Amino acid sequence: MASTMVVAGASLAGMHAAHTLRNEGHDGPLVVVDADPRTPYDRPPLSKQVLAGEWDVDRIRLPGASEDLDIDWRLGQRCHGLDLDRRRVDLAGGENVPFDGLVIATGASARTLPDQPDLAGIHVLRTLDDCLALRADLERQPDRVVIVGAGFIGSEVAATCRGRGLDVTLLEAAPVPLERALGVEMGTVCAALHRRHGVDLRLGTAVAGFAGTDRVEGVHLTDGSTVEADVAVVGVGVVPNTGWLEGSGLTLRDGVVCDETLLAAPGVTVAGDIARWPSRRFGEALRVEHWENAVQQGEAAGRRLLVDDRDADVFDPVPWFWSDQYDRKVQLAGRSGADHEVEVVIGSTDEWRFVALYGRDARVRGVLGFNRPRHVMQLRQLVVDGSSWDEGRERAREIA
Amino acid sequence: MRVVVDFDLCESNAVCMGIAPEVFEVRDDDFLYILQEEPPEELRPKLEEAVQRCPKQAIRIDG
Repeated sequence: MASTMVVAGASLAGMHAAHTLRNEGHDGPLVVVDADPRTPYDRPPLSKQVLAGEWDVDRIRLPGASEDLDIDWRLGQRCHGLDLDRRRVDLAGGENVPFDGLVIATGASARTLPDQPDLAGIHVLRTLDDCLALRADLERQPDRVVIVGAGFIGSEVAATCRGRGLDVTLLEAAPVPLERALGVEMGTVCAALHRRHGVDLRLGTAVAGFAGTDRVEGVHLTDGSTVEADVAVVGVGVVPNTGWLEGSGLTLRDGVVCDETLLAAPGVTVAGDIARWPSRRFGEALRVEHWENAVQQGEAAGRRLLVDDRDADVFDPVPWFWSDQYDRKVQLAGRSGADHEVEVVIGSTDEWRFVALYGRDARVRGVLGFNRPRHVMQLRQLVVDGSSWDEGRERAREIA
Repeated sequence: MRVVVDFDLCESNAVCMGIAPEVFEVRDDDFLYILQEEPPEELRPKLEEAVQRCPKQAIRIDG
Protein backbone atom coordinates (compact mmCIF):
# COMPACT_ATOMS: atom_id res chain seq x y z
CA MET A 1 0.00 0.00 0.00
CA ALA A 2 1.19 3.52 -0.77
CA SER A 3 2.51 5.48 2.19
CA THR A 4 0.46 8.23 3.85
CA MET A 5 1.82 11.72 4.41
CA VAL A 6 0.23 14.03 6.96
CA VAL A 7 0.80 17.77 7.12
CA ALA A 8 -0.24 19.28 10.46
CA GLY A 9 -1.01 22.93 9.74
CA ALA A 10 -2.47 24.35 6.51
CA SER A 11 -0.42 27.51 6.87
CA LEU A 12 2.08 28.89 4.39
CA ALA A 13 4.72 26.38 5.55
CA GLY A 14 2.26 23.47 5.59
CA MET A 15 0.89 24.22 2.13
CA HIS A 16 4.36 24.51 0.64
CA ALA A 17 5.23 21.17 2.22
CA ALA A 18 2.08 19.61 0.73
CA HIS A 19 2.84 21.12 -2.66
CA THR A 20 6.41 19.80 -2.61
CA LEU A 21 5.36 16.32 -1.45
CA ARG A 22 2.90 16.05 -4.35
CA ASN A 23 5.14 17.54 -6.97
CA GLU A 24 8.26 15.63 -6.01
CA GLY A 25 6.85 12.14 -6.10
CA HIS A 26 4.43 11.33 -3.29
CA ASP A 27 1.43 9.70 -4.93
CA GLY A 28 -0.23 8.13 -1.88
CA PRO A 29 -2.73 9.73 0.49
CA LEU A 30 -1.91 13.30 1.59
CA VAL A 31 -3.81 14.54 4.64
CA VAL A 32 -3.74 18.20 5.71
CA VAL A 33 -5.07 19.11 9.17
CA ASP A 34 -5.72 22.58 10.58
CA ALA A 35 -7.73 23.96 13.50
CA ASP A 36 -8.69 27.05 11.48
CA PRO A 37 -11.62 26.22 9.18
CA ARG A 38 -10.81 29.20 6.95
CA THR A 39 -7.32 28.14 5.98
CA PRO A 40 -5.26 28.15 3.90
CA TYR A 41 -4.57 31.85 3.60
CA ASP A 42 -1.62 34.19 3.54
CA ARG A 43 -1.02 36.20 6.70
CA PRO A 44 1.07 39.30 5.80
CA PRO A 45 -1.95 41.21 4.38
CA LEU A 46 -3.85 40.70 7.68
CA SER A 47 -2.01 43.63 9.25
CA LYS A 48 -1.92 45.65 6.02
CA GLN A 49 -4.21 45.47 2.96
CA VAL A 50 -7.01 43.38 4.50
CA LEU A 51 -7.01 45.38 7.72
CA ALA A 52 -6.97 48.60 5.71
CA GLY A 53 -10.08 47.43 3.88
CA GLU A 54 -8.28 47.58 0.53
CA TRP A 55 -8.37 43.86 -0.20
CA ASP A 56 -11.15 41.31 -0.10
CA VAL A 57 -10.53 38.12 1.78
CA ASP A 58 -10.53 36.19 -1.53
CA ARG A 59 -7.23 37.80 -2.44
CA ILE A 60 -5.27 36.14 0.35
CA ARG A 61 -6.12 32.53 -0.41
CA LEU A 62 -2.96 30.48 -0.84
CA PRO A 63 -2.54 28.79 -4.24
CA GLY A 64 -2.55 25.37 -2.54
CA ALA A 65 -6.20 25.93 -1.63
CA SER A 66 -7.39 25.74 -5.21
CA GLU A 67 -4.57 23.78 -6.84
CA ASP A 68 -5.32 20.13 -7.51
CA LEU A 69 -3.03 18.41 -5.01
CA ASP A 70 -5.53 15.63 -4.22
CA ILE A 71 -5.52 16.54 -0.53
CA ASP A 72 -7.63 14.78 2.07
CA TRP A 73 -8.59 17.88 4.11
CA ARG A 74 -9.26 17.98 7.86
CA LEU A 75 -10.00 21.68 8.33
CA GLY A 76 -11.53 22.99 11.55
CA GLN A 77 -9.92 20.08 13.39
CA ARG A 78 -7.29 20.63 16.03
CA CYS A 79 -4.32 18.31 16.53
CA HIS A 80 -4.53 16.92 20.03
CA GLY A 81 -1.66 14.46 20.33
CA LEU A 82 1.15 12.69 18.53
CA ASP A 83 1.91 9.00 19.07
CA LEU A 84 5.31 8.29 17.56
CA ASP A 85 5.23 4.55 18.33
CA ARG A 86 1.87 3.94 16.70
CA ARG A 87 2.66 6.59 14.10
CA ARG A 88 -0.55 8.53 14.29
CA VAL A 89 -1.84 12.04 14.94
CA ASP A 90 -4.81 12.21 17.29
CA LEU A 91 -7.34 14.92 16.50
CA ALA A 92 -9.36 16.75 19.13
CA GLY A 93 -12.58 15.34 17.65
CA GLY A 94 -11.43 11.79 18.41
CA GLU A 95 -10.19 10.72 14.99
CA ASN A 96 -6.74 9.12 14.73
CA VAL A 97 -4.85 9.83 11.52
CA PRO A 98 -2.10 7.29 10.79
CA PHE A 99 1.00 8.46 8.96
CA ASP A 100 4.22 7.18 7.47
CA GLY A 101 5.61 10.71 7.17
CA LEU A 102 4.55 13.82 9.10
CA VAL A 103 5.31 17.52 8.63
CA ILE A 104 4.64 19.56 11.77
CA ALA A 105 3.67 23.11 10.78
CA THR A 106 1.14 24.12 13.42
CA GLY A 107 2.71 27.56 13.73
CA ALA A 108 2.21 29.87 16.66
CA SER A 109 -0.53 31.77 18.50
CA ALA A 110 -0.68 35.39 19.55
CA ARG A 111 0.65 35.94 23.05
CA THR A 112 -1.59 37.87 25.43
CA LEU A 113 -0.75 39.96 28.49
CA PRO A 114 -0.81 38.39 31.95
CA ASP A 115 -4.30 38.91 33.42
CA GLN A 116 -5.61 40.37 30.18
CA PRO A 117 -9.37 40.84 30.73
CA ASP A 118 -11.99 39.54 28.34
CA LEU A 119 -13.41 42.92 27.26
CA ALA A 120 -14.94 43.78 23.90
CA GLY A 121 -12.60 45.96 21.90
CA ILE A 122 -9.39 44.24 23.01
CA HIS A 123 -7.84 42.40 20.08
CA VAL A 124 -4.89 40.29 19.06
CA LEU A 125 -3.96 39.83 15.41
CA ARG A 126 -2.94 36.44 14.14
CA THR A 127 -5.78 34.78 12.27
CA LEU A 128 -8.17 35.97 9.59
CA ASP A 129 -10.97 35.98 12.16
CA ASP A 130 -8.81 38.23 14.39
CA CYS A 131 -8.27 40.56 11.45
CA LEU A 132 -11.96 40.77 10.51
CA ALA A 133 -12.99 41.43 14.13
CA LEU A 134 -10.43 44.22 14.46
CA ARG A 135 -11.36 45.63 11.07
CA ALA A 136 -15.03 45.78 12.07
CA ASP A 137 -14.06 47.78 15.16
CA LEU A 138 -11.88 50.14 13.11
CA GLU A 139 -14.73 50.73 10.64
CA ARG A 140 -16.76 52.25 13.50
CA GLN A 141 -14.26 55.15 13.51
CA PRO A 142 -13.06 54.84 17.11
CA ASP A 143 -11.70 58.03 18.71
CA ARG A 144 -8.46 56.34 19.69
CA VAL A 145 -6.74 53.01 19.07
CA VAL A 146 -4.14 51.94 21.62
CA ILE A 147 -1.60 49.40 20.43
CA VAL A 148 0.39 47.49 23.01
CA GLY A 149 3.81 46.48 21.69
CA ALA A 150 5.81 48.22 18.95
CA GLY A 151 7.14 45.05 17.33
CA PHE A 152 6.56 44.36 13.65
CA ILE A 153 2.85 43.57 14.03
CA GLY A 154 2.18 46.51 16.36
CA SER A 155 4.11 48.85 14.06
CA GLU A 156 2.23 47.69 10.96
CA VAL A 157 -1.14 47.97 12.71
CA ALA A 158 -0.21 51.49 13.84
CA ALA A 159 0.62 52.42 10.25
CA THR A 160 -2.60 50.89 8.91
CA CYS A 161 -4.70 52.70 11.55
CA ARG A 162 -3.04 56.02 10.72
CA GLY A 163 -3.77 55.27 7.06
CA ARG A 164 -7.43 55.03 8.07
CA GLY A 165 -7.13 58.46 9.68
CA LEU A 166 -7.46 57.13 13.24
CA ASP A 167 -5.67 58.51 16.28
CA VAL A 168 -3.14 56.00 17.56
CA THR A 169 -1.21 55.58 20.79
CA LEU A 170 1.58 53.01 20.50
CA LEU A 171 2.99 51.64 23.76
CA GLU A 172 6.33 49.92 24.09
CA ALA A 173 7.92 48.65 27.29
CA ALA A 174 11.45 48.85 25.85
CA PRO A 175 13.27 52.20 25.35
CA VAL A 176 12.76 52.04 21.55
CA PRO A 177 10.60 50.00 19.15
CA LEU A 178 12.10 46.73 17.90
CA GLU A 179 15.07 47.04 20.24
CA ARG A 180 15.69 43.31 20.47
CA ALA A 181 15.33 42.78 16.72
CA LEU A 182 17.21 45.83 15.42
CA GLY A 183 19.10 47.37 18.34
CA VAL A 184 18.82 50.84 19.87
CA GLU A 185 20.16 52.86 16.95
CA MET A 186 17.77 51.48 14.33
CA GLY A 187 14.95 51.30 16.88
CA THR A 188 15.36 55.06 17.31
CA VAL A 189 14.95 55.47 13.54
CA CYS A 190 11.70 53.46 13.73
CA ALA A 191 10.47 55.62 16.63
CA ALA A 192 11.02 58.77 14.58
CA LEU A 193 9.10 57.27 11.66
CA HIS A 194 6.04 56.62 13.86
CA ARG A 195 6.14 60.12 15.30
CA ARG A 196 6.48 61.71 11.89
CA HIS A 197 3.23 59.96 10.97
CA GLY A 198 1.41 61.38 13.96
CA VAL A 199 1.53 58.41 16.31
CA ASP A 200 1.54 59.14 20.04
CA LEU A 201 4.46 56.84 20.84
CA ARG A 202 5.09 56.08 24.52
CA LEU A 203 8.34 54.28 25.24
CA GLY A 204 9.56 52.55 28.38
CA THR A 205 5.95 52.14 29.50
CA ALA A 206 4.20 48.88 30.27
CA VAL A 207 0.52 48.09 30.70
CA ALA A 208 -0.76 47.91 34.27
CA GLY A 209 -4.35 47.04 33.37
CA PHE A 210 -7.43 47.91 31.34
CA ALA A 211 -10.38 50.18 32.16
CA GLY A 212 -13.95 49.25 31.22
CA THR A 213 -16.68 46.85 32.31
CA ASP A 214 -18.06 45.26 29.13
CA ARG A 215 -16.02 47.14 26.60
CA VAL A 216 -12.51 48.54 26.87
CA GLU A 217 -12.45 52.24 27.75
CA GLY A 218 -8.80 52.81 28.52
CA VAL A 219 -5.39 51.36 29.22
CA HIS A 220 -3.67 51.95 32.57
CA LEU A 221 0.08 52.36 32.36
CA THR A 222 2.76 51.53 34.90
CA ASP A 223 3.68 55.22 35.13
CA GLY A 224 0.28 55.83 36.72
CA SER A 225 -1.37 57.44 33.70
CA THR A 226 -4.33 56.15 31.70
CA VAL A 227 -4.81 56.39 27.94
CA GLU A 228 -8.40 56.43 26.76
CA ALA A 229 -9.07 53.74 24.20
CA ASP A 230 -12.09 52.54 22.20
CA VAL A 231 -10.02 49.79 20.68
CA ALA A 232 -6.87 48.10 22.00
CA VAL A 233 -4.61 45.80 20.03
CA VAL A 234 -2.17 43.59 21.93
CA GLY A 235 0.87 42.77 19.78
CA VAL A 236 3.35 41.24 22.18
CA GLY A 237 4.66 38.36 20.13
CA VAL A 238 3.66 34.76 19.62
CA VAL A 239 3.96 31.40 21.34
CA PRO A 240 4.70 28.29 19.24
CA ASN A 241 1.77 25.84 19.15
CA THR A 242 3.55 22.89 20.74
CA GLY A 243 0.91 22.00 23.37
CA TRP A 244 -0.34 18.99 21.40
CA LEU A 245 3.20 17.58 21.23
CA GLU A 246 3.86 17.48 24.96
CA GLY A 247 4.71 13.96 26.08
CA SER A 248 5.22 12.83 22.47
CA GLY A 249 8.95 12.34 22.92
CA LEU A 250 9.89 15.24 20.64
CA THR A 251 12.21 17.85 22.14
CA LEU A 252 10.26 21.05 22.81
CA ARG A 253 12.18 24.23 23.57
CA ASP A 254 10.38 27.38 22.45
CA GLY A 255 9.37 25.40 19.36
CA VAL A 256 10.09 21.88 18.17
CA VAL A 257 13.80 21.15 18.06
CA CYS A 258 15.00 19.42 14.90
CA ASP A 259 18.31 18.59 13.25
CA GLU A 260 19.88 20.62 10.47
CA THR A 261 17.86 18.70 7.87
CA LEU A 262 14.61 19.62 9.72
CA LEU A 263 14.09 16.08 11.04
CA ALA A 264 12.64 16.00 14.58
CA ALA A 265 12.22 12.19 14.74
CA PRO A 266 12.40 9.45 12.08
CA GLY A 267 9.82 10.38 9.42
CA VAL A 268 8.82 13.57 11.23
CA THR A 269 9.91 17.05 10.06
CA VAL A 270 9.08 20.58 11.19
CA ALA A 271 8.64 23.84 9.30
CA GLY A 272 7.63 27.46 9.82
CA ASP A 273 7.15 29.44 13.02
CA ILE A 274 7.29 26.31 15.17
CA ALA A 275 10.66 24.95 13.95
CA ARG A 276 13.89 25.43 15.89
CA TRP A 277 16.86 24.27 13.87
CA PRO A 278 20.63 24.59 14.24
CA SER A 279 22.03 27.00 11.67
CA ARG A 280 25.59 26.19 10.65
CA ARG A 281 25.97 29.57 9.02
CA PHE A 282 25.07 31.55 12.12
CA GLY A 283 26.32 29.07 14.73
CA GLU A 284 23.09 29.20 16.72
CA ALA A 285 19.67 27.58 16.91
CA LEU A 286 17.14 29.67 15.00
CA ARG A 287 13.37 29.93 15.05
CA VAL A 288 12.18 32.37 12.43
CA GLU A 289 8.65 33.81 12.27
CA HIS A 290 8.72 35.19 8.76
CA TRP A 291 7.06 34.57 5.42
CA GLU A 292 9.99 33.50 3.30
CA ASN A 293 11.29 31.11 5.92
CA ALA A 294 7.89 29.41 5.99
CA VAL A 295 8.00 28.97 2.21
CA GLN A 296 11.54 27.61 2.05
CA GLN A 297 11.29 25.51 5.19
CA GLY A 298 7.93 24.07 4.14
CA GLU A 299 9.44 22.93 0.86
CA ALA A 300 12.52 21.52 2.56
CA ALA A 301 10.50 19.71 5.24
CA GLY A 302 8.30 18.10 2.59
CA ARG A 303 11.29 17.08 0.47
CA ARG A 304 13.10 15.67 3.50
CA LEU A 305 10.40 13.03 3.89
CA LEU A 306 11.01 11.82 0.34
CA VAL A 307 14.78 11.27 0.57
CA ASP A 308 17.09 8.91 2.46
CA ASP A 309 19.09 10.23 5.40
CA ARG A 310 22.30 10.23 3.37
CA ASP A 311 20.77 12.33 0.59
CA ALA A 312 19.19 14.90 2.91
CA ASP A 313 20.07 18.55 2.34
CA VAL A 314 21.15 20.80 5.18
CA PHE A 315 18.69 23.67 5.63
CA ASP A 316 20.75 26.80 6.11
CA PRO A 317 19.52 29.78 4.07
CA VAL A 318 20.00 33.46 4.87
CA PRO A 319 16.61 34.46 6.33
CA TRP A 320 14.90 37.47 4.78
CA PHE A 321 11.74 39.39 5.60
CA TRP A 322 9.96 42.61 4.91
CA SER A 323 7.62 44.87 6.85
CA ASP A 324 5.55 47.63 5.26
CA GLN A 325 5.03 50.62 7.54
CA TYR A 326 3.48 53.84 6.20
CA ASP A 327 5.18 54.46 2.86
CA ARG A 328 8.34 52.61 3.89
CA LYS A 329 9.40 49.10 3.01
CA VAL A 330 11.62 47.72 5.74
CA GLN A 331 13.62 44.64 4.73
CA LEU A 332 16.16 42.59 6.60
CA ALA A 333 18.35 39.81 5.25
CA GLY A 334 20.33 37.70 7.71
CA ARG A 335 20.67 38.30 11.43
CA SER A 336 20.55 41.46 13.48
CA GLY A 337 20.09 42.44 17.06
CA ALA A 338 21.08 44.61 19.97
CA ASP A 339 24.33 42.66 20.40
CA HIS A 340 25.50 43.43 16.84
CA GLU A 341 27.53 46.28 15.44
CA VAL A 342 25.49 48.41 13.06
CA GLU A 343 26.58 50.91 10.43
CA VAL A 344 24.66 52.86 7.79
CA VAL A 345 26.47 52.25 4.49
CA ILE A 346 24.07 53.71 1.91
CA GLY A 347 21.76 56.72 2.22
CA SER A 348 20.62 58.46 5.37
CA THR A 349 18.36 57.55 8.25
CA ASP A 350 16.99 61.13 8.26
CA GLU A 351 15.01 60.35 5.11
CA TRP A 352 14.22 56.75 6.07
CA ARG A 353 15.87 55.60 2.86
CA PHE A 354 19.08 53.75 3.64
CA VAL A 355 20.93 50.48 4.08
CA ALA A 356 22.66 49.44 7.29
CA LEU A 357 24.91 46.45 7.86
CA TYR A 358 24.82 44.34 11.02
CA GLY A 359 27.95 42.51 12.05
CA ARG A 360 29.60 40.49 14.74
CA ASP A 361 33.20 39.30 15.08
CA ALA A 362 34.13 41.57 12.13
CA ARG A 363 31.78 39.65 9.77
CA VAL A 364 28.65 40.90 8.04
CA ARG A 365 25.65 38.99 9.40
CA GLY A 366 22.73 41.12 8.34
CA VAL A 367 21.54 43.81 5.90
CA LEU A 368 18.73 46.19 6.82
CA GLY A 369 17.07 48.43 4.26
CA PHE A 370 14.45 51.16 4.41
CA ASN A 371 13.05 51.64 0.88
CA ARG A 372 16.16 50.09 -0.64
CA PRO A 373 14.97 46.71 -1.96
CA ARG A 374 17.56 46.50 -4.72
CA HIS A 375 20.49 47.17 -2.43
CA VAL A 376 19.27 44.76 0.22
CA MET A 377 19.09 41.96 -2.34
CA GLN A 378 22.51 42.82 -3.73
CA LEU A 379 24.13 43.01 -0.30
CA ARG A 380 22.41 39.86 0.95
CA GLN A 381 25.25 38.06 -0.82
CA LEU A 382 27.66 39.45 1.80
CA VAL A 383 25.85 37.40 4.42
CA VAL A 384 25.79 34.36 2.14
CA ASP A 385 29.55 34.68 1.62
CA GLY A 386 30.31 35.49 5.28
CA SER A 387 32.17 38.60 4.11
CA SER A 388 34.31 40.71 6.40
CA TRP A 389 33.08 44.06 7.65
CA ASP A 390 35.56 45.86 5.41
CA GLU A 391 34.48 43.90 2.34
CA GLY A 392 30.89 44.79 3.19
CA ARG A 393 31.61 48.51 3.34
CA GLU A 394 33.57 48.32 0.11
CA ARG A 395 30.81 46.47 -1.74
CA ALA A 396 28.20 48.95 -0.49
CA ARG A 397 30.29 51.82 -1.81
CA GLU A 398 30.53 50.14 -5.22
CA ILE A 399 26.79 49.68 -5.69
CA ALA A 400 25.57 52.89 -4.07
CA MET B 1 8.56 30.49 -22.16
CA ARG B 2 7.29 33.96 -21.28
CA VAL B 3 7.63 35.76 -17.92
CA VAL B 4 4.59 37.77 -16.90
CA VAL B 5 4.50 40.08 -13.86
CA ASP B 6 1.24 41.46 -12.49
CA PHE B 7 2.37 44.98 -11.72
CA ASP B 8 -0.80 45.67 -9.73
CA LEU B 9 0.41 43.06 -7.25
CA CYS B 10 4.18 43.67 -7.41
CA GLU B 11 5.56 45.51 -4.40
CA SER B 12 9.20 45.56 -5.52
CA ASN B 13 10.46 43.35 -2.75
CA ALA B 14 13.23 42.33 -5.18
CA VAL B 15 13.21 38.67 -4.14
CA CYS B 16 13.01 37.70 -7.83
CA MET B 17 16.04 39.86 -8.55
CA GLY B 18 17.98 38.01 -5.87
CA ILE B 19 17.13 34.69 -7.55
CA ALA B 20 17.31 35.60 -11.26
CA PRO B 21 19.13 38.92 -11.80
CA GLU B 22 19.37 38.03 -15.52
CA VAL B 23 15.61 38.53 -15.83
CA PHE B 24 14.48 40.82 -13.01
CA GLU B 25 15.89 44.18 -11.95
CA VAL B 26 14.60 46.58 -9.33
CA ARG B 27 16.09 49.99 -10.15
CA ASP B 28 16.71 53.12 -8.16
CA ASP B 29 13.12 54.25 -8.73
CA ASP B 30 12.12 51.11 -6.75
CA PHE B 31 10.21 49.69 -9.71
CA LEU B 32 10.73 46.22 -11.12
CA TYR B 33 11.87 45.91 -14.73
CA ILE B 34 11.85 42.70 -16.75
CA LEU B 35 15.10 42.46 -18.67
CA GLN B 36 14.10 39.45 -20.78
CA GLU B 37 10.43 38.71 -21.35
CA GLU B 38 11.25 35.46 -23.15
CA PRO B 39 14.27 34.09 -21.28
CA PRO B 40 16.15 30.97 -22.42
CA GLU B 41 14.93 27.60 -21.24
CA GLU B 42 17.95 27.00 -18.97
CA LEU B 43 16.66 29.72 -16.64
CA ARG B 44 13.40 27.84 -15.99
CA PRO B 45 14.38 26.36 -12.58
CA LYS B 46 15.42 29.81 -11.32
CA LEU B 47 12.23 31.39 -12.65
CA GLU B 48 10.09 28.71 -11.02
CA GLU B 49 11.83 29.49 -7.74
CA ALA B 50 11.11 33.19 -8.26
CA VAL B 51 7.43 32.37 -8.85
CA GLN B 52 7.30 30.33 -5.64
CA ARG B 53 9.12 32.85 -3.49
CA CYS B 54 7.49 36.07 -4.66
CA PRO B 55 5.75 37.36 -1.51
CA LYS B 56 2.93 38.83 -3.59
CA GLN B 57 2.59 35.88 -6.00
CA ALA B 58 2.88 38.42 -8.77
CA ILE B 59 4.98 36.36 -11.23
CA ARG B 60 3.71 33.83 -13.74
CA ILE B 61 5.41 31.73 -16.39
CA ASP B 62 3.47 31.10 -19.60
CA GLY B 63 4.59 28.15 -21.71
